[in-house]
Amino acid sequence: MKRLFPILGVVTAALLVYALYMALIGAPTEQTMGNVQRIFYYHVPSAWTAFVLFFVNFGASLVYLVKRKAAADMVALVSAEVGVVFCTVVLVTGPIWARPVWGIWWTWDMRLTSTLVLWLIYVSYLFLRRFSSSGETPTLAAALAVLGALCVPFVYFSIWFFRTQHPQPVMGGGGSIDPRMLHVLLINWLAFSCFAFLVCWSRYRLEKLQREVDQAHALESLMAPRGSVR
Amino acid sequence: MSAPAGITRVTLLKDLRLEWRSKDASNSMLFFSLLVVVVFSFSFDPSAEESRQIAGGLIWVAFLFAAVVALNQTWAREIRNQVLDAYRVSPAPANSLFLAKVVGNFIFVSVLEALMTPLFIAFYRLRSIGPAWQLLVVAVLGTWALVVNGTFFAAMSLRTRSREIMLPLLLFPISLPAILAMVQATTAILNGEGARFWMTLLVTYDLVFTTVCLLLFETVLHAE
Repeated sequence: MKRLFPILGVVTAALLVYALYMALIGAPTEQTMGNVQRIFYYHVPSAWTAFVLFFVNFGASLVYLVKRKAAADMVALVSAEVGVVFCTVVLVTGPIWARPVWGIWWTWDMRLTSTLVLWLIYVSYLFLRRFSSSGETPTLAAALAVLGALCVPFVYFSIWFFRTQHPQPVMGGGGSIDPRMLHVLLINWLAFSCFAFLVCWSRYRLEKLQREVDQAHALESLMAPRGSVR
Repeated sequence: MSAPAGITRVTLLKDLRLEWRSKDASNSMLFFSLLVVVVFSFSFDPSAEESRQIAGGLIWVAFLFAAVVALNQTWAREIRNQVLDAYRVSPAPANSLFLAKVVGNFIFVSVLEALMTPLFIAFYRLRSIGPAWQLLVVAVLGTWALVVNGTFFAAMSLRTRSREIMLPLLLFPISLPAILAMVQATTAILNGEGARFWMTLLVTYDLVFTTVCLLLFETVLHAE
């Protein structure tokens, strides 16, 4: 299992290089937007990766609430952290793309607004994790994650209707996509997913070690004879 | 009356009686609400026509801030007197405590809103084109949404550092769809448009989140 990590690392690096090449050079230039459109290959796969990670967080939180396994809690923590990073990438690349193309930094359209709300929910989750000092943080965080995940359909419905009533410029556009571009998009998504998995795994191992160290310290303090605690 | 309902009633009456006698939080809350209305009225001074467009948003933001300040002290009395520990070891169902707290907070926040609304109407020269009773329905649904989540998150924040800031940090993101619905419904009714979608959304939101909070409260109470 441990040997798999460096192998996966090399594969991911290769995929990322290939994906970068394809995104910046290999993919055909878009008709109307020109080269600026290439940021699409970072924006969309990041979004998909973030959504997958948040879904993993939901699943892990449910498992934790039912089974109380520490591994589930760590997966929840890790997926939330990495998910927030990818979601931040989406929220930053979106405006960067929008400005030259549509002339605006931001609009309250469906996709952007729902992504922002999703980001806010998971950042608040991370805050709870950081600020909660009780030993039962995992349970509280899991409960929050479940509530947050349940909120997501409401976010989509409410903003969808809001935007139907008050139409605004849509970022990202709908419509069909050239198959060559779709190919590059999927390559990038694969590369990002592998990268996300690698980072999550790494963070998971770090968290596991950290908890073992903390437990060892706690045990040491408990076992130390009175008057000689360092 | 069944035991859980009885416990809910008793806990609720206890809270109301305590609050009525001490007026701990009430007086400061009432004055705070007044201040919020005045500050908003200074900052946004629209004409009567414009006010109908923005009043919905302004009123609900003001209610939101008043509710957060009220909710922050919702568990304060329980912590001070170790009531939560007593509750945990008693056989009383956690849901009863939660429901009693939510209803108590709901009553309290509604009183604040009832105070703020006439002031808003006066300052903004508001007149509703749509039926005003619908505004009352929106107010009830919206306040319930804020209070049910707020009470739950206040319980979650009990053992966090920076407890007071933790509540709005947790409450606001999750309440965003409900806040959008409340504001849009109010604006729609004020302007004589239909608010059916938003009301349905609010009802669904209330049902889902009340159920989930009730289901999860026991876990949170024992975890906290």
